[in-house]
Amino acid sequence: MKEMSRLLITLTLIAACAGLILSMVESATREPIKEQRRLQMLKALSAVLPEFDNSPDTDVVTLQNGVNKKGKPVQLTFYRGRKAQQLIGTAFKVVAPDGYSGNIEVMVGIEPNDHLHGVEILSHAETPGLGARIIEPAFKNQFKGKSLDNADWRVKKDGGQFDQITGATISPRAIVKAVKKGLEFYRDHQTEITAGGTEQ
Amino acid sequence: MSLVKDFNKGIWKENAVFKLLLGMCPTLAVTTSAENALGMGLATTFVLVCSNIAVALMRKIIPSGVRIPAFIIIIASFVTVVQLSMEAWVYDLYQALGIFIPLIVVNCLILGRAEAFASKNPVISSVADGLGMGLGFTLGLFILGAVRELFGSGAILGVSLFGAGYQPILLMILPPGAFITLGLLLALMNKFEAGKS
Repeated sequence: MKEMSRLLITLTLIAACAGLILSMVESATREPIKEQRRLQMLKALSAVLPEFDNSPDTDVVTLQNGVNKKGKPVQLTFYRGRKAQQLIGTAFKVVAPDGYSGNIEVMVGIEPNDHLHGVEILSHAETPGLGARIIEPAFKNQFKGKSLDNADWRVKKDGGQFDQITGATISPRAIVKAVKKGLEFYRDHQTEITAGGTEQ
Repeated sequence: MSLVKDFNKGIWKENAVFKLLLGMCPTLAVTTSAENALGMGLATTFVLVCSNIAVALMRKIIPSGVRIPAFIIIIASFVTVVQLSMEAWVYDLYQALGIFIPLIVVNCLILGRAEAFASKNPVISSVADGLGMGLGFTLGLFILGAVRELFGSGAILGVSLFGAGYQPILLMILPPGAFITLGLLLALMNKFEAGKS
């Protein structure tokens, strides 16, 4: 019994110490991490939006886009970029669930005339050298200027006009599909997305 | 003298990758390029040295009945500290290695060294052991990563070596390439060692 309680006490003490240290580290790193994520977000936003002079990460509209498998509402956040108070573009994140391995997160930027300004891959786990080449400018740049009306939203292999990557059709196909769905959602909700909030 | 020995054995004689075959999960998973391999190796080395220090310091007060859970708590804490600090202060590196850092917890090399060495030896030699083992692990990962990157994408550390005409052997950076490369390297090494003795 004495041995038993010794084991118990030592392990509890070690776990408590670890917990204490971790909570200290967490509170010390919380602010810097938040700031880093914000910077990262701004970097992605400036990659897909025309030049803006507000902070699009705070000028946002959040809409509900259906429900997920568990019945919870899926929130979609729209970041609005402005220059001299004028709306110059809206950016939002789409997720391609059918990549080769895991979800591909794509930031999409749309100009007020419904044409894409750019796309940026936020995160992916595609095969290095094959699917991972979706992050190359050669792939991303072909989205610029495209809209629902002026492009056939399929990869070339499926009869559309988006280049797939040699040896990797799945990842581009997933992205094209996700971006198209995003554009459709944007078209259906355009007034709500672009309305209001002219202040900085 | 024995410090040097504690350090050296990890580099070659008891190299984690090529001799002990410990920590195979990260070894096979992250060695798609030499850069990933280096980052993973160095992060592992850091955690290994820290956990060796902590385990060596506490080796007298941890009862043997609960030593494994205690070691795991210590290791997991250090891994979390490393992950949070990297995210806060070296974000670029964190982005490159992000998904591999939690994998360090399940690297049995670290638990293995805590159990086999740090729990029986003083702090200084545990540091030497951790450094040697960690750097040996890094070396192993780097060799594997370099070979796979060289054939799989025609480059080492992102510097193209074969020119644009080279058709990469994609198999090498896919999962089977990891097994094939490791197997061939081990075979080569065994032949080399056998010829020597």
